[in-house]
Amino acid sequence: MQSFGMGQAINQALREEMLRDAGVFLAGEGVGVGIHSSPMLPTAGLLDAFGAGRVKDTPVSEAAIAGLAVGASVAGLRPVVEIMFNPFFTLASDMIVNHAAKLRYLSGGKSAFPLVVRIKSGAGFGAGCQHSHNLEAWAAHCPGLKVVMPSTPADAKGLLKSAIRDPDPVVFIEDMMLYFVPGPVPETDYLIPIGQADVKRQGNDVTVVTWSKMVGVALKAADQIAREGIDLEVVDLRTLVPMDKKTLIESVRKTGRLVVLHEATRTGGFAGEVAAVVMEAAFDHLKAPLRRVTGPDIPVPASPPLERFYIPSEDDLIAAVKEIVR
Amino acid sequence: MQISRQKKMEMLRSLLLSRRFEEELTELCKIEHKIPGMMILCTGQEAVGAGVCAALQPEDVIVTNHRSHSHLLAKGADPNALMAEILGKRTGCNKGKSGTLHMAVPEVNALCTTTVVGGGPPIAVGIGFAQQYRQEERVTVCFIGDGAANEGSVHEALNLASVWALPVIFVCENNRYAGAQRYEEHTKAPNIADRAAGYAIPGVVVDGNDALAVYRSALDARARAVNGDGPTLIEYKTYRWRGHGEADCQLYQPKDEIAAWQAMCPIPKLRGDMLAQGVISEDELREMETRIDAVVKDAVRFAEKSPYPEPNEALEDVFAGS
Repeated sequence: MQSFGMGQAINQALREEMLRDAGVFLAGEGVGVGIHSSPMLPTAGLLDAFGAGRVKDTPVSEAAIAGLAVGASVAGLRPVVEIMFNPFFTLASDMIVNHAAKLRYLSGGKSAFPLVVRIKSGAGFGAGCQHSHNLEAWAAHCPGLKVVMPSTPADAKGLLKSAIRDPDPVVFIEDMMLYFVPGPVPETDYLIPIGQADVKRQGNDVTVVTWSKMVGVALKAADQIAREGIDLEVVDLRTLVPMDKKTLIESVRKTGRLVVLHEATRTGGFAGEVAAVVMEAAFDHLKAPLRRVTGPDIPVPASPPLERFYIPSEDDLIAAVKEIVR
Repeated sequence: MQISRQKKMEMLRSLLLSRRFEEELTELCKIEHKIPGMMILCTGQEAVGAGVCAALQPEDVIVTNHRSHSHLLAKGADPNALMAEILGKRTGCNKGKSGTLHMAVPEVNALCTTTVVGGGPPIAVGIGFAQQYRQEERVTVCFIGDGAANEGSVHEALNLASVWALPVIFVCENNRYAGAQRYEEHTKAPNIADRAAGYAIPGVVVDGNDALAVYRSALDARARAVNGDGPTLIEYKTYRWRGHGEADCQLYQPKDEIAAWQAMCPIPKLRGDMLAQGVISEDELREMETRIDAVVKDAVRFAEKSPYPEPNEALEDVFAGS
């Protein structure tokens, strides 16, 4: 099987979907001619393959990029637009929050907005808080948006293909550090359903619910703590909206313990939602209080030791697990 | 340019229908709990919707805003479905989900009404892009007000439409008020259309109370757009007779100013010209007015006797198939 990072997996998904459907086009800042030319990046080479009619480099205009997607999708195309960094979602947010998410509903179901907003996200490249800010909880809080955050190259390919074919607006958040972490990717045309979690590791003692880059952290922590006889089950949510509550709740009923792990800051973060769902559906199965392991409530700092402090680590997770396993 | 009798009749009908429709709404607003939410009217500005939509083909798209009634009616939306929507009924064009402020009527290519000020232009750019992408000979018209012209999103949209030569016509209805602010209080430049120079596209200033002048200018912009020459920014000088909403006391709007603009009402202007030139007879005019009156009364009757949606219908239409 081919093996490469999430950047190339996304590239392959885009290429395949553009070949399959002439209505699919790409737009964003530098999606065609960018300042970097690494083949490991998501849109590398697509301008050459599909031409400037379908791979549209835009001005630095996030509202217009997102509006382009809203308008083009209601007019019958399948736009895939890119927001360069997650904090710039705020500039596009009127179009996403007030328009992409609400216009189907406002139309009484007459209009459709089958668009994908790819957002590059995640801390870890030292750029500081105006370039690193995980805002998935904002998007998830907005009815009418689906929110996808893949953790592996294979998941990214299958989920992005589903997102492009989805009849609704999908916010597809890519952790940039994962662009460079290789993994196996099937060469076939396959879809991973939106709204289906994946148990990345089976275990009996504690359920760790997480997504995106933190799945890797959870799996490493699980290997470490297994040596001490503690068996973690790692549930990769993959899609925040709609949430696969069934897989989540079944896992917690089995293990009786829950830690929710994400890189985003804590207050109002999506861990709170996961925790509440578990409390409503599986409170009686909990043998110990649940724990959240998240970024602290600070903007992401730039200096390497500060940024490392910000990003939740294996040690942070292990400490939380030990608190509830006695 | 000669304008056909048929086009003139179409515009007059559209002006009268919109006015009559909104007169009815003005009355309905006085009845407590009859109309949910706000009621924002375009009374006095009807020549813009009538003239612009008369210049469009059925496949052309419009994106509209708070003062949408004349735009939607001129584009051919069903008055019954609009009235029912405004009253919050299940038979409304959007099943009661939209209310008066966000009506989408895709069956007549009125693809979007947004009441986020400045929200329309980026979406119009996307629709125009789709038209260009599919090499259709269609255009998208985006109606904004003078207040919206100060939103950053409008700048982004104008710039992108210009750079990609998109078939979008940006129509600014300068009705001289943004909320409670006079034009001079929110904008220093004498004309919004002057901003077009910054995007290297034509900017045109037109009498917005003259339906025929509106029609001619929109026809020119449409020809330019389908020719591949890109967008046009047209500013129609008109006036907001009513307040920001029907609850607005309009204390900031001088009475004599309102009266002066009402004296320039677009309806007698077109009607007078058509009668003087023998395009329409007094009898035909009376017949047209009677017919329109019946259409609006039917719409109110239809809306009033339609059922409200069941509460749990609120859960439908969030996602496809939901």
